[in-house]
Amino acid sequence: MISPNPMTLECQRLCKEYRTRSGVVPALENMTFSVAGQEFLCVVGPSGCGKTTLLKLIAGLLKPTSGRIICDGAAADGRPGNAMVFQEHGVYPWMTVLDNVAFGLEMRGVGRRQRHDQAQAFIERVGLASFAHSYPHELSVGMRQRVGIARAFVADPQMLLMDEPFGSLDAQTRLVLQEELLRIWEDHQKLVIYVTHDIEEAVLLGDRVLVMTGRPGRVREEIPIPVGRPRDLSNMGRPDVMEIKWRIWKTLEHEVRQSLWIPD
Amino acid sequence: MAHLEDARTRSATEPVDTRLKRSLRPASMRLEWWLPASMFAAAMLGWEWLSRSGRLSPLFFPAPSVITLTLVRLVLSGKLASNLAATLTRVLLGLALGGFPGLILGLMMGWSQRLRLIIDPFIAAAHPVPKIALLPIIMIIFGIGESSKVIVVGVAAFFPMLLNAMAGVRQISPIHFEVAQNYGASPLKVLTRVIVPGSLPLVLTGARLALNSALLLTIAVELVAAQKGLGVMVWFAWQTLRTEELYASVAVAAILGASFNLLLQRLTAHLVPWQVERES
Repeated sequence: MISPNPMTLECQRLCKEYRTRSGVVPALENMTFSVAGQEFLCVVGPSGCGKTTLLKLIAGLLKPTSGRIICDGAAADGRPGNAMVFQEHGVYPWMTVLDNVAFGLEMRGVGRRQRHDQAQAFIERVGLASFAHSYPHELSVGMRQRVGIARAFVADPQMLLMDEPFGSLDAQTRLVLQEELLRIWEDHQKLVIYVTHDIEEAVLLGDRVLVMTGRPGRVREEIPIPVGRPRDLSNMGRPDVMEIKWRIWKTLEHEVRQSLWIPD
Repeated sequence: MAHLEDARTRSATEPVDTRLKRSLRPASMRLEWWLPASMFAAAMLGWEWLSRSGRLSPLFFPAPSVITLTLVRLVLSGKLASNLAATLTRVLLGLALGGFPGLILGLMMGWSQRLRLIIDPFIAAAHPVPKIALLPIIMIIFGIGESSKVIVVGVAAFFPMLLNAMAGVRQISPIHFEVAQNYGASPLKVLTRVIVPGSLPLVLTGARLALNSALLLTIAVELVAAQKGLGVMVWFAWQTLRTEELYASVAVAAILGASFNLLLQRLTAHLVPWQVERES
């Protein structure tokens, strides 16, 4: 299933301001970074630093106030440029698991039979085979997030945008699903931008971690993660990995303290 | 589905044995069922006794048995059928006339903020007007025939349908629109896959309220100006002081209203499987 993916994404001096009743609030300021190929980029930052805004800008759901987003290598085979996995409530309560997972294909005009076959295969891949005809309210939160992830992978986008997909899960469920996500991603490699507030998660999943400042969000630091693939939790205890985690935390701590008005 | 049942059983706080006992009992044995049923029966028996023994004036409160016999007589003579048909026709025509435009406009107003801002002031101004007060105006314009009556009923059905359809669209989470946009959904797909199913629970509530309003207005219009219908039966019975017929007609109107509600509840359970199970 590994397909060559020449995709590159460049964000140049990206700014986003929100107009509220109390005036203009800057959410992102001069964000400049790029990703390419099949990189797994994790974005961490203090809460409210505009991580979700960044993803929505890249997804095209919001327009930047200034700056540019340049996407290269767009395929002409009808695959979507990107698919976003939302934090929560991303799956449609009125569709069965099967219809939810097939949604991206349906929007692309894939016939019912074919899209159900493709969706069914992925539903089995994420371990929900016996729930294909259930409605989301019959599932646990963790199962619902797997539906959202399956939907994004089935659509086979060039780029996956994930907005804290495991943020609302308990720690144990999260660990298992992180490893599952790695496994699926290793089978279907594609460019991923993964937003999280969890350093452990960022280091476990990412090829590179982009640390953001507090509001308005900027790039504070980019840290490569020198761990080979395939990865699992056993890599996380290595001394060099521990050191990287510590370094990310020291960078982040300063930003978190500033955003909470607690001096260093 | 076996795992699901297990999960539900485990998550419940009630001890397992009492719940098991209750679920094994047939529906007709449950307290929630037989208590109201026996209360109703007791009230009817009390009424019957008070009326027959003369403690209540049979002129004002004819015994339930007398009312029931009157009802049977009305059915057998065909009088009920023809009046009921007239009422039902007005209710359903009015519902179609007002409900469909209300549904379409409501969905559009829920979807488009601009349209909502433009039209909402008119809706807010027109909605509180007691619809029966419009009947004379409408009769001046459309004459005293059947169309005036149906139009008033339609106006009454229009507002609850519109307001609920609009609220139904507005309570759809913005994320559901973003997901559709993210996957490149066409406006038609947004309508059929997000707006219609997402607003359906409240649209069905709107349909129920619209049906109730339509019935209310039909009876009201029939009391004032009609040759046939349940309202006419009620009015004639009052004018000729046939109290038992009055009660029988009111009972039919009540049964009609209740069956409309039951019908729409069933329809909701059928059309909204993702929500009904959550309530039960």
